[in-house]
Amino acid sequence: MQRIGVFVCWCGSNIAATVDVEAVSEALKLEPGVVFSTNYQYMCSQAGQNIIKDAIAEHKLTGIVVCSCSPRMHEATFRKTAAAAGLNPYMVEIANIREQCSWVHKDVPTGTEKAIILGKAAVAKVNLNAPLIPGETPVTKRALVIGGGIAGIQTALDIADAGFPVDIVEKKPTIGGKMSQLDKTFPTLDCAACILTPKMVDVAQHENIRIFSYSEVEDVKGFVGNFDVTIKKHARYVNEAACTGCGACTEKCPQKKVPNEFNLGMDNRRAIYIPFAQAVPKVATIDPNYCNMLKNGKCGVCAKVCAAGAIDYTQKDEYIQEKYGAIVVATGFNPISMDKFDEFAYNQSKDVITSLEFERLTNAAGPTAGKLLRPSDGKHPHTIVFVQCVGSRCDAKAEKGKEYCSKICCMYTAKHAMLVKDKYPDVDVYVFYIDVRTPGKNFDEFYRRAVEEYGVHYVKGMVGKVVPEGDVLKVQASDLIANKQLHIDADLVVLAAAIEPDKSARPLATKLTASMDTNDFFTEAHPKLRPVESPTAGVFLSGACQGPKDIPETVSQAGAAASKVIGLLAKDKLTGNPCIAHSDEMMCNGCSTCERVCPYGAITYMDKEFRMPDRTTAIRRVASVNPAVCQGCGACTVACPSGAMNLRGFSTQQIMAEVDAICK
Amino acid sequence: MQAITREQLINKAVALLADGTVKYVLGWKKGEFDYDITPAVFETAEELNADFVWNDFCGANFSKYLVAKTRKLDGKILVFLKPCDTYSFNQLLTEHRFDRDKVYAVGIPCNGMADIAKVKEVCGDGISSIATEGDALAVTTIYDDEPVKVAVESVLAERCLNCKSKKHVAYDELMGEDGDTLDSNRFDEVAKLEAMTPDERFAFWQNELSRCIRCNACRDVCPACTCEKCVFDNPTSGVENKAPANSFEEKMFHIIRAFHVAGRCTDCGECSRVCPQNIPLHLLNRKFIKDINEFYGEYQAGAEVGSRAPLVNYTTEDLEPGEVFDRRDTNA
Repeated sequence: MQRIGVFVCWCGSNIAATVDVEAVSEALKLEPGVVFSTNYQYMCSQAGQNIIKDAIAEHKLTGIVVCSCSPRMHEATFRKTAAAAGLNPYMVEIANIREQCSWVHKDVPTGTEKAIILGKAAVAKVNLNAPLIPGETPVTKRALVIGGGIAGIQTALDIADAGFPVDIVEKKPTIGGKMSQLDKTFPTLDCAACILTPKMVDVAQHENIRIFSYSEVEDVKGFVGNFDVTIKKHARYVNEAACTGCGACTEKCPQKKVPNEFNLGMDNRRAIYIPFAQAVPKVATIDPNYCNMLKNGKCGVCAKVCAAGAIDYTQKDEYIQEKYGAIVVATGFNPISMDKFDEFAYNQSKDVITSLEFERLTNAAGPTAGKLLRPSDGKHPHTIVFVQCVGSRCDAKAEKGKEYCSKICCMYTAKHAMLVKDKYPDVDVYVFYIDVRTPGKNFDEFYRRAVEEYGVHYVKGMVGKVVPEGDVLKVQASDLIANKQLHIDADLVVLAAAIEPDKSARPLATKLTASMDTNDFFTEAHPKLRPVESPTAGVFLSGACQGPKDIPETVSQAGAAASKVIGLLAKDKLTGNPCIAHSDEMMCNGCSTCERVCPYGAITYMDKEFRMPDRTTAIRRVASVNPAVCQGCGACTVACPSGAMNLRGFSTQQIMAEVDAICK
Repeated sequence: MQAITREQLINKAVALLADGTVKYVLGWKKGEFDYDITPAVFETAEELNADFVWNDFCGANFSKYLVAKTRKLDGKILVFLKPCDTYSFNQLLTEHRFDRDKVYAVGIPCNGMADIAKVKEVCGDGISSIATEGDALAVTTIYDDEPVKVAVESVLAERCLNCKSKKHVAYDELMGEDGDTLDSNRFDEVAKLEAMTPDERFAFWQNELSRCIRCNACRDVCPACTCEKCVFDNPTSGVENKAPANSFEEKMFHIIRAFHVAGRCTDCGECSRVCPQNIPLHLLNRKFIKDINEFYGEYQAGAEVGSRAPLVNYTTEDLEPGEVFDRRDTNA
């Protein structure tokens, strides 16, 4: 028989205002096994914890029930308290009478009644609790960063600098991500390449970092500290070790009509290409969709001009197996497709472009070498209209666009407007906005400079329609402040397209069993207190895969994710969760159902000899659980048809006792 | 009238015993009455000739007996399997419940089995003997020396009227012709139950299950009930005392059992056959089968060895729990 102590917390007035705590502690005194019951203002405080410790010693308690807040909040606290008093920490049960009781009830009688019932359930469970001792698992001291944009780069550098090996998996032929396509960065207007490319070189040269470019994560198995990852390295038909990145092949390749994705299709590249001059790794890649040699076996020019002999047309996709202790997701974002936004004539006129395309147009390494020229005829534009919130902050019923604010558009549009006015003061610049949102250090000052110093016309209102007519774009818009319709003949229209998570994120989340929100952004373990951790242990979040972010925010989150990874990898062993499954061999049928549902591969079978009731022996097939691999998810316990599988600390009998106590 | 004769089966068994293929034969023999045929193990030709029975009452599904027999016996055992029995045979193999190497399975055709309850409806109680005469049964009662002729077709068991398959899905050797899987109307009765209001349905089951005497025959015969220790026999399971709880007797026993075999039940119908109170227990299982088919795609337990039942298999196309909840009004 247990000797149980019950400790009812007031949580100041959080609980005590709607629950008669005195009545709860009195009522629970009568429950089977309870030998001591009390209440106190703040059970989690030092004084409160001392009450628990003293009671354990004085009343020789073997189990305790704390009626307080959610176990997520203070279960760990009270387990430590119990352990300090010499009690096994798994003899502690929390009855959540705050989140699940006092906060959701308005009147004292019902709140009190429910609190007593929840307390009874916890007492019923403790009566069946047994001391548990956690096992330990070793930690693989290597991190995987998925995505090689600024988020992935910063995370990898910070982890590597702490002395742990890091692998970056990037699906493009080069790391760098979206930032490598940008021209200047707000609010300081320093050039993106000038601050990014040194970091890319640092990554390439870092002894602790390996880059798997043109690669994707194929499969993830295992758990925190011990992930088994398969990386698929796409064939680039170039021997990475031999290629010097001289670029001779990219000049001689006869297939010149391949849309250049780095410049968003605004110019062409060859079938063999290096995305941009500062690419890392600086290695050529053959595009198999356009290469004549790969498609029909005729050509071979690149192989002839390659002095290093790096071209290999027979190269195959390669699969790499590696073990990791932690995984960081940094899969980034993309602008949404403009296909559903016909009103802006994006697909009808080359002179309607997205903001990312505008970045390439003003970039010195872009298709126009940085000169602002119209994509259609190469002429200098005189009137430019910027449209904000294209696809952002949309109505949920609109069936296009996103409900959320893409966060970065206000600032980059102000930047674009300012850059245009700075280089070409003759150009008339209009910005149509719903709201201008500039929270951030030096952000509002930046925006006001665009308006006040550069004379950009900011108009509150949305563009209703853009109609290409001859070589002008007829823009119809409303000015909500002046309450009138505007008709502007523009030479160039720039759409601030909403951003969305990369398409690779959803299947990756499935592989990682990490959760996502309805917009496919990864969710955090806690939106305020654990913003860079995924709810899946050992999986961390960096950058725009978690939500729209600008560069400063991304870099600080990347550093935060890295520090969490370092904290994990610094440990030699992880204390496991002792609440794991085990099989009662006398009940087990060996039917294999549990093995089939186990997501961790923790269950194996063996043939074992058993003494039968009639004194004969029989060999039976029975399940056995590997305690180092089991994560205690409980899938096997509900799938087991015989009831042989049980979860320590959450046994069927314990749950049933709780239900019985509630229904009694 | 079965397509295969008693003599053919005995000859087959004797030959397999003689050439050493098997050491034992699992077959049917007469019980208390001509119609309560029970399973028996034969070891010699003499025993077979004396007691082996094959007639329209040989409904017993032998698959489950293999679990205990293969564990105890030291040689191979011959088992005769009707098409519906082979599904249970496969399901038990999927669950590693018996040693396939110790079994020699002979598939035999089946034209459907008679339901003694239906015979009694025609002839009344007090049956002293039943003989097979062509397509009819000659039933003699203690009240009349003159036998009453009953066409077998008119007294076929419900599970045979709604036969799902004449095709054997497992065997070492086949006797007679193999058939095909059939489109049966076996879910029609379930659809009728679904069309009821919850109150009507509750009344229906209250009426049926209140007859239950907890003889455990349904559990003992069920090929999906092969646990080493049944939760209802295990006081520490915390379940056994839940079975006879209030409202109407034994309700929970049958509901727990139906959940227990969900996804594993092959719909062999043995539960209803052996029920001395004629409770249509198979309807509970068929409701589960129908739901699984509708929610997760057609699935027949035991159709192949090693198949993963939808309830213990996760796919990205699976129905979300919310969708099941939303259907509650249209498909109760």
